[in-house]
Amino acid sequence: MHPWIGAGDEDRQRILGELGLDSVDELFSSIPAEVCVDRLPMDDGRDENAVRSELQSMALANLSPECVPSFLGAGVYRHVQPSVVDAVLSRAEFFTSYTPYQPEISQGTLQVIFEFQTLICQLTGMEVSNASLYDGATALVEAVLFAHRVKRGRFDRVVLAETLHPMYRKVLATYADPAGLEVVVVPPGDDGRVTADALREAAGESSCCIAVQSPNFLGIIEDLPAVAEAARESATLAVQVVTEGVSLGLLSGGGAHGFDVVCGEAQSFGLAPGYGGPHLGFFACRAKDIRQMPGRLAGETIDSTGQRAFCLTLSTREQHIRRAKATSNICTNQGLMALAATIWLEAIGGHGLRELATSCLSRTEELKRRINEMNGSWKLAYPTAPTFDEFLLTGPGSGDELARRLAAEGVLAGVAAHRWGGSWPDGLLVAVTEKNTTADTEALIAAMEKLS
Amino acid sequence: MNVPADLKYGRTHEWARTEGDVVVVGITHYAQDQLGEVVYVELPEVGIGANAAEELGTLESVKAVSEFNSPVGGEVVEVNDRLEDEPNLVNEDPYGEGWLVKISGTTEGEDLLEAADYIAMIEAEST
Amino acid sequence: MKRRAIRDEALFFERNPERLRRQGFQLPPLDAPAVDPATILPQNALRSELPDYPDLTEMEIVQHFHRLSQLNYAVDEGLYPLGSCTMKYNPRINEQTARLVGLAAAHPLQPVEQVQGCLRLIWELEQALIAITGMAGVTLQPAAGAHGELAGILMIRKALEARGDARDVVLVPDSAHGTNPATAAFAGYETIELASGDDGTVDLEELDRLMTDRVAGIMLTVPNTLGVFEHRIVEISKLVHDRGGLIYMDGANLNAFAGRALPGLMGADAMHINLHKTFSTPHGGGGPGAGPVVVSEALVPHLPVPRVVKAGERFTLVEDDAASIGAMRGFYGNFLILVRALTYIRSLGSDGLRQMSDVAVLYANLIRRRLANAYHLPYDSPTLHEVVFDDTRQTANDVHNTDIAKRLLDYGFHPPTMSFPLIVHGALMIEPTESVSPDEIDIFCDAMLAIAKEAGENPEFVRTAPHDTPVSRVDEVRAARKLKVRWTAD
Repeated sequence: MHPWIGAGDEDRQRILGELGLDSVDELFSSIPAEVCVDRLPMDDGRDENAVRSELQSMALANLSPECVPSFLGAGVYRHVQPSVVDAVLSRAEFFTSYTPYQPEISQGTLQVIFEFQTLICQLTGMEVSNASLYDGATALVEAVLFAHRVKRGRFDRVVLAETLHPMYRKVLATYADPAGLEVVVVPPGDDGRVTADALREAAGESSCCIAVQSPNFLGIIEDLPAVAEAARESATLAVQVVTEGVSLGLLSGGGAHGFDVVCGEAQSFGLAPGYGGPHLGFFACRAKDIRQMPGRLAGETIDSTGQRAFCLTLSTREQHIRRAKATSNICTNQGLMALAATIWLEAIGGHGLRELATSCLSRTEELKRRINEMNGSWKLAYPTAPTFDEFLLTGPGSGDELARRLAAEGVLAGVAAHRWGGSWPDGLLVAVTEKNTTADTEALIAAMEKLS
Repeated sequence: MNVPADLKYGRTHEWARTEGDVVVVGITHYAQDQLGEVVYVELPEVGIGANAAEELGTLESVKAVSEFNSPVGGEVVEVNDRLEDEPNLVNEDPYGEGWLVKISGTTEGEDLLEAADYIAMIEAEST
Repeated sequence: MKRRAIRDEALFFERNPERLRRQGFQLPPLDAPAVDPATILPQNALRSELPDYPDLTEMEIVQHFHRLSQLNYAVDEGLYPLGSCTMKYNPRINEQTARLVGLAAAHPLQPVEQVQGCLRLIWELEQALIAITGMAGVTLQPAAGAHGELAGILMIRKALEARGDARDVVLVPDSAHGTNPATAAFAGYETIELASGDDGTVDLEELDRLMTDRVAGIMLTVPNTLGVFEHRIVEISKLVHDRGGLIYMDGANLNAFAGRALPGLMGADAMHINLHKTFSTPHGGGGPGAGPVVVSEALVPHLPVPRVVKAGERFTLVEDDAASIGAMRGFYGNFLILVRALTYIRSLGSDGLRQMSDVAVLYANLIRRRLANAYHLPYDSPTLHEVVFDDTRQTANDVHNTDIAKRLLDYGFHPPTMSFPLIVHGALMIEPTESVSPDEIDIFCDAMLAIAKEAGENPEFVRTAPHDTPVSRVDEVRAARKLKVRWTAD
């Protein structure tokens, strides 16, 4: 009997005896024989050592960004990982517990969610935050559907900046169709940013929201006050998407500019790239709209002795109560990832976050300076645009070719900027974080020189 | 169970009281007891039209959402704003300070129950 | 010993109230020239002040979370019999494989030739799930069960549209999880509730009446939320298919029959699989989960993108396909959860998966027998991996299912599920899972029997439970009436 199965053969015989049965097969008699099989078309189980070897061989078949200089970003970033994050995450009290529906024995998880909500509010400048969503792309989807509800379903048009992550826009398209939404995409101007005029024109007077990403897909900081103003004039909701959370160490969140929603991806806060997941969607909005918010929410209250306690609240918005009329069908979310982000932010601290963000900015500026000094075909696509820790680089070839040729030189230089198409020049999106040393930068420059 | 004799009742547990030109509407003592402690009341906008036996708003407890219907047709002329901060009034005084909406210009002919019939209905429901 | 964690653990924000500067983590030294952000970034974009976070030391951080952890119940502490949630043991090797650097650090936008290991892993898990379910295709993309439901329903919608037979209704049994009607609504369908028959399963006559040419399909949980297998599943599928509809199967309860029966033979067109239930990935206090969807031939063309394709010994990604419903989320799924699930499936294999469901069903029936004299069983149909009692016998003393649940906390157990099925008032849905020992089942049953006795002899004591938890009964009404969902400095 396998070590993860609690009853051995003798146990099973004893239980069958108590139930007055000869065979466990009798318990399955309600399943029609025509849908049953004797065994599955797969091998029998293997021991722990063999399984670990198989998984290890798959891991070793990858080229790891931890082993070569890497400048990959485009929504997934490499940042420092304090060892306390994984140490706490490995505590069974956190990772083997269920959603905290029983508050009396879940105060640990509930307080973590409450702290996470507070951290997100403080970073984004918003009044309320939920307990998490699946990822940044689905957070955008939820924000759009939220805006549609806040506008009481009267306006079906959604205005998106083209500089909002193309993969997020692609995911939104999947949901927009059944929801009957019309998505209008506004391309950026010559400086790589959307203009308020273009957004205003696209929004007209019948859209439910305008959504932009800042720093945007090209790494450039959008003019958030102007976007918020455009949304106000169009009587529509302003949504800011953030894919690089660390930028909030230096940049103010949309709340400070009058945005109605700030949402996105919080993978930067202590989560492994993990080949795309699990990551951490977040969603923050104004207090007045809280009843339209998707997902779980923890609130403060007291217990019967008057002591402070926490519990999940406003559950009536959710599927297990409101069923077909719920604000979202989300149930299981990304709880453990919210815990990771909470530990990471608390360990890094307020000053630490600013220092970290400044480090990313400084290293990015240094690399941009070095590239500007280069002769030949390597160019910054938007040399004067303000960026945080990512920028668009053009060179001798398409982004896809450049990525492969530089990889052959031993550097993961960036993500092909036309992977999902786009009206911007093709090239590489290069992300520089605090993990990129000067040696990484030198390796990248040397590889680029070989190609030009 | 508190069922005042001078009110009329809808089959979905609302009461109606005529006060001059308007009809005051709330939910019954039985309904609030079934729902449990009310934590939020979603009321209609003043000025909208109400149709008899159609949804007018919702009441929420911690673990349930319940719609309430308009027992009469007409126009919503006033809603109980106090419920925004004090939803508990629906539990504590369902026939008084916990009223929900006032409706004017009511149309006749709705099939409302007398107190005795309403009592018979909830007794049948709870067995 | 006085446990520091037993009472109120201060919030992070309440620590170090004077905000004195301490250090929780040492950043890599900046080996490039430092810039002043104000000279680089637009003035109107700069954050004027830091977020109001105290700077704490590493040990303070560890202590904070250690103490908080002590306030939680967990699978590692004891039986966690939440029906429909399958709270089984989370094997430790899963945690090791998911942390292998080659997997954890892989970037989702690396060129495919650099990530052949990741792509192989995805492909291998896909093959395993197809083998376990007997279906034709699969997507690993959905992040959780409800997300998988949505992917499945969108595929059904797309398939019907492709046939030129768009429909607008989805049938959902009244015993279904709340996510089912929420999903159908999210996908733009009207839901019509299908009343259960006397034995708790689908009423074929009622289905026959409702299954019109407006109906896109039915969402069926198998076995249903009572733990009862839809023994007429083949007839149900035939009826629905004959009238042009498709079958969505909610696979939340796959732990009841994996290794014994195949949804592919039952007529399913789409079924999500909660990897965090049947395949042992941790629940994490509310995720991350993973909700792969297996599909029939009819839906294969409509699977989400990107898809992993095997060509010889090489793996590539297909990013676009006009027939696809599109992308359900970013990238390829909760990949590191997929790593854990494959680890589990490889460890158990064909023989182990069958033993898994055998013992899960054996335990549930043992509990059913042990408690049948103390708790009322609203449906007496044979049950598989879970059993649903109700509180009818206890309400005579004004003791309700929630009171029994809270009292169970005092005995050191997480309570059963109570919020559904909606067709059972005062439900106590118990799912033990196969991974606990029989000794643990004994202790749990003894606790349940003791509570039934207490409900008769001292109901007030049960009504005021719990008496022995870190906090006593929490005022959820106050939380909802006086909303406070974040800390503020005042």
